[in-house]
Amino acid sequence: MLIGENLRKSYGNVEALRGVSLEVRPGEVVGLVGENGAGKSTLMRLLAGTQRPTGGRILRDGQPVTLASPRDANALGIAMVFQEQSLIPNLSVAENLFLGQDRGFVRSGLIDRRAMREAALRHLAKVGLDVNPGRRAGELSFAQRQMVELAKALALEDRVERDLVILLDEPTSVLEQAEIDLLFARVRALRSRASFIFVSHRLDEVLAISDRVYVMRDGAMVAEAQASEMTPTELHRMMVGRGVRTEYYLESRQAPPREEVALSVRGLGKRKAFQDVSFDLHQGEVLGLAGVIGSGREDLIRILFGFERPDAGRMDIGGRVYAPRSPAEAVARGLGFVPSERRTEGLVMTLPLGANITLARIRAAMAPWGLSRRRERALAREWIDRLAIRAPSPDTPCRHLSGGNQQKVVLAKWRTAGSRLLILDHPTRGIDVGAKEEVFRLVRDLSDEGVAILLVADTLEETIGLSHRMLVMRDGVVSAELPAPAGGKPDQVRVVEHMV
Amino acid sequence: MTAAAGESAAPPGRLARVPWRAMAPLLVLAGLCLVLGLVAPNFATTGNFGRIATSAAVPAVLTIGATLVILMGGIDLSIEGAMAVAAVAAALVVVAVPGPWGAVAGAAAALATGAALGATSGLLHVGLRAPSFMITLGMWFIGLGLAIWLVGGGTVSVRDSELRSLALVRIGGLPLSVWVALGAVLLAWVVQSRTRFGRALYAIGGGEDLAVQSGVPVGRVKIMAFALAGLCYGLGAVLAVAQLGQGNAEIGEGRLFAAVSAAVVGGTSLLGGHGGVLHSLVGVIIVVVLSNGMILLGVPPYLQQAVQGLLIIIAVAVSLDRRGQGLVK
Repeated sequence: MLIGENLRKSYGNVEALRGVSLEVRPGEVVGLVGENGAGKSTLMRLLAGTQRPTGGRILRDGQPVTLASPRDANALGIAMVFQEQSLIPNLSVAENLFLGQDRGFVRSGLIDRRAMREAALRHLAKVGLDVNPGRRAGELSFAQRQMVELAKALALEDRVERDLVILLDEPTSVLEQAEIDLLFARVRALRSRASFIFVSHRLDEVLAISDRVYVMRDGAMVAEAQASEMTPTELHRMMVGRGVRTEYYLESRQAPPREEVALSVRGLGKRKAFQDVSFDLHQGEVLGLAGVIGSGREDLIRILFGFERPDAGRMDIGGRVYAPRSPAEAVARGLGFVPSERRTEGLVMTLPLGANITLARIRAAMAPWGLSRRRERALAREWIDRLAIRAPSPDTPCRHLSGGNQQKVVLAKWRTAGSRLLILDHPTRGIDVGAKEEVFRLVRDLSDEGVAILLVADTLEETIGLSHRMLVMRDGVVSAELPAPAGGKPDQVRVVEHMV
Repeated sequence: MTAAAGESAAPPGRLARVPWRAMAPLLVLAGLCLVLGLVAPNFATTGNFGRIATSAAVPAVLTIGATLVILMGGIDLSIEGAMAVAAVAAALVVVAVPGPWGAVAGAAAALATGAALGATSGLLHVGLRAPSFMITLGMWFIGLGLAIWLVGGGTVSVRDSELRSLALVRIGGLPLSVWVALGAVLLAWVVQSRTRFGRALYAIGGGEDLAVQSGVPVGRVKIMAFALAGLCYGLGAVLAVAQLGQGNAEIGEGRLFAAVSAAVVGGTSLLGGHGGVLHSLVGVIIVVVLSNGMILLGVPPYLQQAVQGLLIIIAVAVSLDRRGQGLVK
């Protein structure tokens, strides 16, 4: 039995968990669903011991416990199967299985490799995986690695004298259907030895495998239900909430886009990612891309910005062929990219605000004799005023700014570079509610100025609220194109039908 | 979904299953010997092979030490400094302690000095969370400075000590130092491949964060690795003192480049996680054979140096796996 009571977690000013409680009973499979940013992963990290709560407590078999490290969690029979692939690729399967837990195999100072191999075979058999334990983890397929990770978690059995709780964070996102079936069969078979918390975006899967389901929204637990009494549609409704918050997204400011086409895409395709994608993006239009992870939308925006090249189709900007071989060429053709990894891809955190704004177009701060710090500062001040960036001075390093203000600097950078088409990749990720509203306002401002925007947002609600039009992708093809005019926004449930 | 994307190309046949990448250094060595055997008449002789083994002894011991650190994805630049101070310590103790025990005490002093210097590097690296590159760069000069200060810039002769028997006594036609080096290699290989510590080196090199998450005592392992590396440099110093018959601060000159290039040429990745002691041994032999061959062929000394520089660049260029690697720093 594992209980979380009123768990809280804040990162700086951002509250990721606002008093969440849950309970996992022996032999139970508990589903956990919620939109991106709802707090699922944070909750899992607290239970796995990789992070510590700022409030509340965790009870294991009735006893309050402190999980200061994954090691502590393991000692209490709690193990996490990570969303990211977490096997060390240059070690063998057996070595990965017992990494950090190999004390039991030491005979007079040396590792008994035969004993380790036999133990590995035994644990692999439990998850029904038939691979040579001597193979390097990096040689296995993602599905096989996922099974090895599951076996690694189950290997705790040998060391812990109690029932296990295994946290499965998005275990199916890299698996094929047959592999998912296999995984589920294993989870069902293993219920006599362990209970599971199962996190997934695929609601039908969650309902298929779980006994009970918890629903999270905005850092809180909003519902708990028996899986047998739920449908994916109902579950989704609970995830996104019923409240219609049109003004939150400044719908009244949503003006019809212009006639001129900013980007035209015809029959674009990339092997193993997506195919036959066509659309026109108009000036001043916000085009929302909806789809689950793996639907191909991430690959699409990477190709649009020149990180990769397509296998098929063509793109045009302003009547001329657009075939970028690098992001530099994309920038030269007037594109800008606001990445989801703001800290590593969006800004140079150590450089001052002014230097970041001129990063994509250093000429903006050039005087005849060279780079003019005075011009750079003046430019930075101008943007600080225009976008209401809260910064003490143009010389403030960007790492000292809040997430919302950092995002404004990224936008200022692209506006300085003269971008007429911005790709916004999760622009509100990791910033607080107030800053989100400011980002929404900026999107409307850009749209008024005729900048075309391609939006991939954290939540479906945000995509619908901000977009003029939506492209829904599923398994690499556009499954629907939905108009989303002010006052006539599509229903979330309908959009989801095209996504899954 | 593309589960297959992560699968490295499935090996179709028996030939493809041979780990060519891992075998490459050995093939290079074989090819090198073959070519030299054909063009340099004096190359393939028992006497020359003995010379090669003798001159490989010190680099082998040093490279083994450096390999332990490189396997973790770190780097140890302190080799020359550690060797200098260990060599000086050995020579001073040999002179100070009369009789046959002087040699033993001297060797012990060198090993202890090397290990202490290495452990200090490790402690600073882990404790200060500072890059091993910078810490060991500092230790290099600390060691060098200490060594010069201890001997006042001169040399300490140990010409008559029993320590010299390491270089002078021959078993099976090879000096004792070669056998000592071989023993060290063997021991390091067992430690690397058969102990929890060795396993942890690879885990840290492959993914330090994951190793931490799995409960590997990363800090302890790192300190231990640097200390063992230092021990190897101490041993290298002992062998070098025995060969030269004196201890001085310049004894380590040029050793860092030789050790790191041997490790890389042997296929130990500077990014950590790949390669190992045996790889490095092959690398050492390649480097020594190449320079031996160039001497036999009468290549001018400075050009020899340039060729060694070229070798290290070629080795890195050939061995790097650039897939999925965004940035190179």
